[in-house]
Amino acid sequence: MPYIPHTPNEVEEMLRVIGAESIDDLFDEIPQELRIDLEKSTGLNAIPLGKSEMAVQRQLSEKAMLDGTPLCFAGGGAYEHHIPAALWEVATRGEFYSAYTPYQAEASQGTLQVIYEFQSMIANLTAMDVSNASLYDGASGLAEAVLMAVRANRKAKSKRILMPESVSPVYRQVVETIVKNQGITLELIAIDQTTGTINQEHAQQQLHNDETFAALVIPQPNYFGSLEEVHQLTDWAHKQGGLVIAQVNPTALALLEAPGNWGENGADIAVGEAQPLGIPLSSGGPYIGFIACKQKLVRQLPGRIVGRTVDLDDKPGFTLTLQAREQHIRRSKATSNICTNQGLMATAVTLYLSFLGTDGLQKVAASCVANTQKLITLLEKSPEIKFPFGKTVFHEFVVQLDVSVDSVLERLAEEDIVGGINLSAQQVAGQSVDANKNQLLICVTETKTEEELRFFSETLIAICSEISSLSNSEGELS
Amino acid sequence: MSKRIIEQNAETLIFELSDQNRRSSSLAPDIDVNDACNNLPEHLQRKKKLQLPQVGELQVVRHYTRLSQKNFSIDTHFYPLGSCTMKYNPRVCNTLAQLPGFTARHPMAHSSMSQGVMSCLFDLQTLLMEATGMKQVSLTPMAGAQGEFAGIAMIRAYHDHNKELQPDKEPERSEIIVPDAAHGTNPATAVMCGYKVKEIPTNDQGDIDIDALEKIIGPQTAGIMLTNPSTLGVFERKIKLIADMIHKAGGLLYYDGANLNAILGKVKPGDMGFDVIHMNLHKTFSTPHGGGGPGSGPIGVSERLQPFVPVPIVGHNEQGYYWITEKELPLSIGRLSAWMGNVGILLRAYIYALLLGRNGMVRVADFATLNANYLLKRLMAANFEMAFPERRASHEFILTLRKEAKEYGTTAMDFAKRLLDYGYHAPTTYFPLLVPECFLIEPTETESRDDLDAFVETLIKIRDEAEQSPNLLKDAPFELPVRRLDDVKAARELDLNFYYSKC
Ligand SMILES: Cc1ncc(COP(=O)(O)O)c(C=O)c1O
Repeated sequence: MPYIPHTPNEVEEMLRVIGAESIDDLFDEIPQELRIDLEKSTGLNAIPLGKSEMAVQRQLSEKAMLDGTPLCFAGGGAYEHHIPAALWEVATRGEFYSAYTPYQAEASQGTLQVIYEFQSMIANLTAMDVSNASLYDGASGLAEAVLMAVRANRKAKSKRILMPESVSPVYRQVVETIVKNQGITLELIAIDQTTGTINQEHAQQQLHNDETFAALVIPQPNYFGSLEEVHQLTDWAHKQGGLVIAQVNPTALALLEAPGNWGENGADIAVGEAQPLGIPLSSGGPYIGFIACKQKLVRQLPGRIVGRTVDLDDKPGFTLTLQAREQHIRRSKATSNICTNQGLMATAVTLYLSFLGTDGLQKVAASCVANTQKLITLLEKSPEIKFPFGKTVFHEFVVQLDVSVDSVLERLAEEDIVGGINLSAQQVAGQSVDANKNQLLICVTETKTEEELRFFSETLIAICSEISSLSNSEGELS
Repeated sequence: MSKRIIEQNAETLIFELSDQNRRSSSLAPDIDVNDACNNLPEHLQRKKKLQLPQVGELQVVRHYTRLSQKNFSIDTHFYPLGSCTMKYNPRVCNTLAQLPGFTARHPMAHSSMSQGVMSCLFDLQTLLMEATGMKQVSLTPMAGAQGEFAGIAMIRAYHDHNKELQPDKEPERSEIIVPDAAHGTNPATAVMCGYKVKEIPTNDQGDIDIDALEKIIGPQTAGIMLTNPSTLGVFERKIKLIADMIHKAGGLLYYDGANLNAILGKVKPGDMGFDVIHMNLHKTFSTPHGGGGPGSGPIGVSERLQPFVPVPIVGHNEQGYYWITEKELPLSIGRLSAWMGNVGILLRAYIYALLLGRNGMVRVADFATLNANYLLKRLMAANFEMAFPERRASHEFILTLRKEAKEYGTTAMDFAKRLLDYGYHAPTTYFPLLVPECFLIEPTETESRDDLDAFVETLIKIRDEAEQSPNLLKDAPFELPVRRLDDVKAARELDLNFYYSKC
């Protein structure tokens, strides 16, 4: 029997010890009328019979082959980077892979030390004082940051959050879903249509009657790849009595100013998606949210936190700490309901940052910037391709096409290319502008060679003119 | 590895192996960083250099391999952590989920390049619907607690919607009922959804106190959250009655699926009368717990909650598989993750489900229950006290060490720490809180009888030690990389970041 080691003899002896006739007797406290009748159609018929490992392997290999390994130029919160071969070899060692949350500290020093190192690295990347052990992903992490800011900013006594349009639309949706039942409102701040960045004047106007707000969210780089004026914005928000939530890409932090050093006093909370640090794209998960903050806010952090302490012999060791914030102690008064987080992913991130080091991460980031500029230069050759938000970007940029982005992406898919993200398909509730027509968000990382960049730009330009001449001739016919 | 060597390396942090002048990596592209930075505005660039460790590849591999060896895990130790279902995580699930076609797929890839993974997710939805008797499954919640959130948010959306339709008839529903033995995520979730929590007691048989429930139910009741079998390790026999009582008051029932392993293929939560459930795939469907996640907490709903499920879910028509979004489900509570939750974990659960099949699923509950009841009877025969000796164990049961605490001054925690010395991960301790000095023990179906027997012998031995030399327990563990840790110091003198105060 798969994964069950019992012999028939053992089962018999065990039943004798229990004093039961059959295994079925062990379920005699379940009311008979509730029991599944396997003979009936209401049984489990929709579930096939078990298969051998070999059969399942064949089935899954076929499915995986269907999706292939296309050339990918999509980002939008999920980024393709090179992953060191040793990383997942080490991370999936059974001792990491098949351990539970480190409740028994003495038997979990491996996991606990890894998380302490993870927290240290995230704090260093963001220039914050403390980090937690991880959250589910970047989007739900931003929701936790919003809840945290509302709790922490007691002075403001406000449940308003200023949420710029330059934050990923899916992130905004997720935040809305998670915080709306607590009376928190997200107020959309429009972007400047020439830069794709937060329009500070519009933010100012939102403050009619000098109302306060709990926090301003500042994405860096933002959803469109553009760079926000983080220093100015941070100082402005602080002057108005709001906290600043920095939503950042960790790869970019190798080169871009860290949230802790934004403006005069730095952002208060830094949050983001750490998937770029060693985690494959894998359809969007499992990824890993990170959250870090100033020391004075540490008791408002959600989720697990690992601390270094000593044992009975005064030897250093690690343990879960500040648990009085958490659901298993505080129950209905906990800072969050989170329990299981993304431990294995935190292990992967820690390994990634250790393998690459400062030098390696800077080079990855620099290569992203350089490759992105190369593709921009190649695409500039086509008069049909415009850059509505400019070219000062990290590793993503928006292009405006003359033709339907959907058709372009479909054609690119035929060439085995994931061409980017259609911004017009991402209209979500609350979007204030409708200017995203025919806009495509393109991402380039260090993984792309010169040939691939040339191939992509030529294919994209060719497909655009193909579609445009096609629709022109269709227009003439009708 | 010998204990001595592990000890030698106890304090070494990766940062202490670092030298900022070391350049050994073939892992990063060869590029002039300053050149590339010319494309970024000067004032937005990082001023203070990062301090990530600069360590050779072998030294990194060795450091983390050694750290891994300081962990207990399913692959290395019996891990009877109650309510956590620490069973074997078949390796093949990991191998196949890491096929390049799965790992390389961008979440926004065109659906024509996604039919493989989408078909797996669609099939998984179907399998889980059948196993639980629910009308629709949404796979997006990323852990049990997020599944709970989704569930209670749906209950709220349902009541709000009804109130909108019938503002005069529908009362203001503000309360979620939660048993005192419930997991901490239950009350925390209810509050995140804007509800007040009403606790109800459990009777001395481990069932819900029906009289107390009767008194607490009213027009203000939005719903109840139950785990069945409960966190006390017994099946709630009056579940149909409870469902009727709640439904009559207009409330809905939430099923916390943490203990689904006990009833897989035996009873369906849908048939018990639940309106919404979550499943912990990292428990029942054996996906890895990774030292604290990733989990995966899909939800299933009855017909009345179908319009409110979180998106996206996978649909199927003549053209193939497609995403069902808020366009088709305008009343959806929305999105909980940027894309589709923990897809890589969902794949592992799917692979596990295919390997088991319906015949294998029934066996999961059979043998999980057999192992638990066997262990319970053997421990009872050895004169350990059970919290509910009259009851059948589900897949887990509660042992109380209050007698030992009183007679020998050794607590459940002392027993737990001494178990570690003998190479056993401790059961869940001090949960649920209502049973004093308790162990919640869950052996799971994948453990052999020999291992269960050895565990019994070890507990007996430790009790002998408690009687003769209690300090062997109170000062335990002795054999692990560290001895008991100072939790008070950890919380008072916070040290959460190696660099803090160093830069
Ligand atoms: C009874 C019960 N409910 C809910 C949860 C929460 O699940 P998760 O840790 O996946 O968020 C757990 C797991 O710890 C549990 O045991």
